[in-house]
Amino acid sequence: MLLAEIVTLLGCTELVTVDRAGGREIGGCFAADLMSEVLAFSGHAPLLVTGLTSLQSLHTADVVDAQAVLFVNDKRPDASVMALARARGLPLLSTSLTMYEACGRLHRGGLPASTKHPGAAP
Amino acid sequence: MLYAETFRIRGGDFEHGGEVATRIKSVCKDLGVRPDLIRRLSIANFEAEMNVIMHADEADLSFQVLPEAVRVVVSDRGKGIEDIALAMTPGWSTATPEMRARGFGAGLGLPNIRNSADEFRLESTPGVGTTLTYAVRLA
Repeated sequence: MLLAEIVTLLGCTELVTVDRAGGREIGGCFAADLMSEVLAFSGHAPLLVTGLTSLQSLHTADVVDAQAVLFVNDKRPDASVMALARARGLPLLSTSLTMYEACGRLHRGGLPASTKHPGAAP
Repeated sequence: MLYAETFRIRGGDFEHGGEVATRIKSVCKDLGVRPDLIRRLSIANFEAEMNVIMHADEADLSFQVLPEAVRVVVSDRGKGIEDIALAMTPGWSTATPEMRARGFGAGLGLPNIRNSADEFRLESTPGVGTTLTYAVRLA
């Protein structure tokens, strides 16, 4: 799914835009508020969906090479987080949807889970 | 040795939590370390860094890139760990609500480090501090 399609599907506000990022092909999604869970269980280069707007969410995104970060519940990070995302070329999105609703729409739209958990369904 | 650097991490410094892991990732990338190994190393580094910020007074994180492995030693001064077996149990944590609000303190830190590393050693003296040693093999 293209990042631009995700923006449309969830009615996202684009907080940090990156040149040509809309054309990024997103292969999977991982959603969590606990960064240790992202580190432990996310697959490579996911769309990271979270309600955590701290700098740690961006550092976590960096470790898993996230292609973009989507904040749910209309959350907005502060200026320092936005500046770091801009410097790293990491698109930041925000949606007013809850995490469940955002993930439900993404899954229904065909975006699979990004996971390295051995028990994960294919 | 291909590279070595030591970072000072201060307890309670949430604002900078994650910067050491990011810096080491960048160094390893420049040195041509395989991306899947960088990922494992970065997980361990980030968790170790956050552990110091959450639980210790301060620490030195030393990392060395050797031909056969990347080795990291995190030596902290602080309250130490009373029961290492308990601390290694997934889900067990002494984190405060503030730490959890930052997305950490879920009781996955030490297990994440152990699972990401090829070598892992944890030694602690209650009231003095903790030394965590881990390595990711390159070959």
